[in-house]
Amino acid sequence: MSSPVTPSDFRVPPVDQVALEARAAELASRSIKKDSKRQGLLMAVAMTDLTTLEGKDSPGKVRALCHKALHPQPDAPEVPHVAAVCVYPDLVAVAAETLRGSGVAVASVATGFPAGRTDLSLKLEETRRAVAAGAAEIDMVIDRGAFHAGQFGQVFDEIGQIKEACGEAHLKVILETGELRTFDAIRRACRIALLAGADFLKTSTGKVAPASTMPVVLLMLECARDYYLETGRVVGVKAAGGIRTAKDALRYLVLVNETCGDLWLTPERFRFGASTLLNDLLMQLRRLDTGTYQRPEDFSKD
Amino acid sequence: MSDRVEVRKTYKLFVGGKFPRSESGRSYVPAAAGGVNVTRGSRKDLRDAVTAARKGLPGWSQSTGYLQGQILYRLAEMLETRRRSMVDEIGGGPAEADAEVTAAIDTITYYAGLPDKLPSLLGSQNGVSGPFFNFSTVEPTGVIGVVAPDAPALAGLMALVLPLLAGGNTVVALVSEANPLPGLALGELLAVSDVPAGAVNLLAGKREELVPEFAAHRDLDGLLLAGAPAAAPSAAAADSVKRVRYAGADAAQWSLAAPPGVAWVEPFVEVKTFWHPVAP
Amino acid sequence: MTDAPKLASERAAQADPRTLRFGETWAYAAAPEGTDHFEIAERYGLFIDGAFADAAQGATLDTLNPASEERLSSVACGGEADVDRAVAAARRAQPAWAGLPAAERGRFLFRIARLLQERAREFACLETLDGGKPIREARDVDVPLAAAHFFYHAGWADKLELAFPGGRPQPLGVVGQVIPWNFPLLMAAWKIAPALACGNTVVLKPAETTPLTALRLAEVLVQAGLPAGVVNIVTGDGTTGAALVRHPGVDKVAFTGSTAVGKEIQRALAGSGKPLTLELGGKAAHIVLDDASIDQAVEGIVRGIFFNQGHVCCAGSRLLVQESVHDLLVEKLRRRVERIRVGNPMDKNTDMGAINSRAQLERIEALVASGTDQGAKLYQSSCALPDRGYWFRPTFFTEVSQSHRIAQEEIFGPVLSVLTFRTPDEAIEKANNTPYGLSAGVWTDKGSRILWLAARLRAGVVWNNTFNRFDPGSPFGGFRESGFGREGGRQGLRGYVQLDGELLGA
Repeated sequence: MSSPVTPSDFRVPPVDQVALEARAAELASRSIKKDSKRQGLLMAVAMTDLTTLEGKDSPGKVRALCHKALHPQPDAPEVPHVAAVCVYPDLVAVAAETLRGSGVAVASVATGFPAGRTDLSLKLEETRRAVAAGAAEIDMVIDRGAFHAGQFGQVFDEIGQIKEACGEAHLKVILETGELRTFDAIRRACRIALLAGADFLKTSTGKVAPASTMPVVLLMLECARDYYLETGRVVGVKAAGGIRTAKDALRYLVLVNETCGDLWLTPERFRFGASTLLNDLLMQLRRLDTGTYQRPEDFSKD
Repeated sequence: MSDRVEVRKTYKLFVGGKFPRSESGRSYVPAAAGGVNVTRGSRKDLRDAVTAARKGLPGWSQSTGYLQGQILYRLAEMLETRRRSMVDEIGGGPAEADAEVTAAIDTITYYAGLPDKLPSLLGSQNGVSGPFFNFSTVEPTGVIGVVAPDAPALAGLMALVLPLLAGGNTVVALVSEANPLPGLALGELLAVSDVPAGAVNLLAGKREELVPEFAAHRDLDGLLLAGAPAAAPSAAAADSVKRVRYAGADAAQWSLAAPPGVAWVEPFVEVKTFWHPVAP
Repeated sequence: MTDAPKLASERAAQADPRTLRFGETWAYAAAPEGTDHFEIAERYGLFIDGAFADAAQGATLDTLNPASEERLSSVACGGEADVDRAVAAARRAQPAWAGLPAAERGRFLFRIARLLQERAREFACLETLDGGKPIREARDVDVPLAAAHFFYHAGWADKLELAFPGGRPQPLGVVGQVIPWNFPLLMAAWKIAPALACGNTVVLKPAETTPLTALRLAEVLVQAGLPAGVVNIVTGDGTTGAALVRHPGVDKVAFTGSTAVGKEIQRALAGSGKPLTLELGGKAAHIVLDDASIDQAVEGIVRGIFFNQGHVCCAGSRLLVQESVHDLLVEKLRRRVERIRVGNPMDKNTDMGAINSRAQLERIEALVASGTDQGAKLYQSSCALPDRGYWFRPTFFTEVSQSHRIAQEEIFGPVLSVLTFRTPDEAIEKANNTPYGLSAGVWTDKGSRILWLAARLRAGVVWNNTFNRFDPGSPFGGFRESGFGREGGRQGLRGYVQLDGELLGA
């Protein structure tokens, strides 16, 4: 940052929830058909962070996930690989080994995911270790306790330090919007993350309901767009949690397409964090090609 | 004893809280007013009265209903204490005149109790299909022209003016042509009650001359006329989409024989509906 | 190479790489709504006394699709004899209709609401084809709201005494209703539903350019089993409407349309004492204060002026922006307007459709030319327009003065005038500086300021942090030259009943 950030920088314009939701609903009613649907589905595949974040995750499961990430639809070469595989820090090395040189990034959650209730020094150390183990992307959680207590400077400082600990790795800042609750709070959290150097704004851990929603992502896109126009820095947006259907994914892409435009319609700038979405995208692609409705059992469940 | 030369009253208009003579300098001798000269209002007097009423509108319309009620009640008090002089102004049989004053006082007190109820009676909270708080309230139409009946000169005027005041409007009234004295004397009561200047303006003159001017004046928002619907004023009023109503000629309506409720208020208030989103 | 001076905006775009780009990565394929599920007849008759019949003189009118200028159908053009027949049919039907148990009147209205819901897609398609509005709006606004109006008023039919305690509400008799072309089905519903709920019978005159959905509604009325003559629909032109409102057998007139025609009707009824309700034009002020939720305000502004191509009497056509946020807001608005998808109204992704008629397009063009001539600064979307049909780009003017024609006259098209103010008092003064008073909008985050402004705006509907919302339960109508009477809500019933002790009409 060229000039020091002051508390007044964390002030944001108010958000009218009803009007925001109305706009999101209006965009959700877009009808995406034929070629634009195929293109959208392929984009969504390429933007997916294939994710497994469970206590029972194993090296075997992560390897299988990585293979799926590399070749989502082995018999259809036009289907791209996904953007990243997202795992817990202890499985980063497994994923990195499988994905090396493939173009599929390893993303790791860090900073005491999902609640973030641990000491800053541990968060920094966890981040450094994940990066050292091969994570090219770090998905951190903000300190919601500090945020709700009004300690915005603390939230800002912590993001800045994690960003520093990331080194070359990209930093996605998870706001956990389901715990922020109001759109005014979400907008403020976006502002703090943008000023602190986030490379991506991310909605949710997936562990709190509601996770990603259309109005939340619309608001994040507006924040990222306005920040770009203000500073020239392009910050991405990641919608994570609760996105299970191709139809939903296309609706999110419509939000991107009509709010931020072409600069964001790339895996560099927009991501889906999801575990089950990919198979529905593949099913819908197959349906477009064959004209017949598909059955889920024909698609590998990794 | 009877050789004292009494002081006679000059009957003047009541405009903006003052008592001007007509700018036209004219007067006329009304048919039923004991042969006195009464100043005869002109279109320019109407113009001045409308200007005064427009100026008085914010003050009167934005007073609370409670305050409006108290001010109107004060007017009833003034009339009650001047009952005898008003009986003289009405003339004719004293018993009938006294009954007319009673009717006028009853009308005032009826409407004095109304302004703070109008939002409840004519407004509403509306259920809508969406996350919105939606309610309707009423606001005065604005400046309303009144053409009072010839008789009863006082009670008729009050029956027309009071519902308009209760609705928050200001008024320019043409009093009874045949006997303008009680109507003009009302100005003297208004001046000493707390009714703000410009809220009620009283003109005397010829209906034939002035009604077309009322109908055509673009800064009058509505017209309330005694008598049966008439084509000419209604047609002229259409040029500014005035709200126009006629009170008919039923004698019963000049008293509270059948209390009118809000029926005479409603045509001269505007329903305003308010939408606001509801969200955390 | 020429050294022509560059516009400031062009220079800025070159110097600053921070520009957004749209539409080069992902374009939407055409998504037209299918029309194979219904038929449009070659010609339609008048709906009188429960049956369709040609006009007595045999006259017809063509109705066009304004998006293609192709003829859709022909409808009968009713003359005096036809109006006469329709009024007589309504008169004959009225006593029995009013005499029905009120709950049964209500049940007919419930049935109509349900039938509209069942046939929603057909109505939406027809509305879009005949009028040019985007199918998204016809589908999501016009048709559902029309059904909702019938459903809402169905419930009032047996509760009128509750609406007017002590007033002993009685029907007025035969109601003559004339409706405009901007919301053809919805306006028919706004008019017919309360009239029937209160025990009146109806003669309805749809707009000349958009008669088809009203005639399809006639089919629904037959399907619902509504007794013959309770609703009669006489299509035609201005002379048909004039014959209806002047007909001595009509007991009440309800009109929605221009202020000029409203005044003519008020004059025509002068001295008759007949009740009249008028819902006329507007030039709504849409006020944005510096603490507003600005992105949502931009959405509200877009919804306010570009909804239904701006063919909306309550459109937010005068944007009053607090000076301190003017530049930011205009920049955001410019970007947003560029995103409005203009084109085939039947495409489900179209945001703005065709102008309703050539005459309306010419009026819009003339007023926009006056704006440029008088010195306002024009901004128009760069969107491509179809070759055939009647089209106008989403447009707004900045640097507009109160005295400009575009700030005073109702344009009834997708054209916004942007003015500025510095204090709330100045906003009110400018907002109220118009003969109209139909609607207004306010965007601010401060509750006390909203209430202060809303109380001072001379308008029948005030939308706060929203715009162009409608509901059958919410009274709608104007102050001043925007007309009198309300439609919707308890207050809307007042125009269709006679009460004890009421004053006489004009």
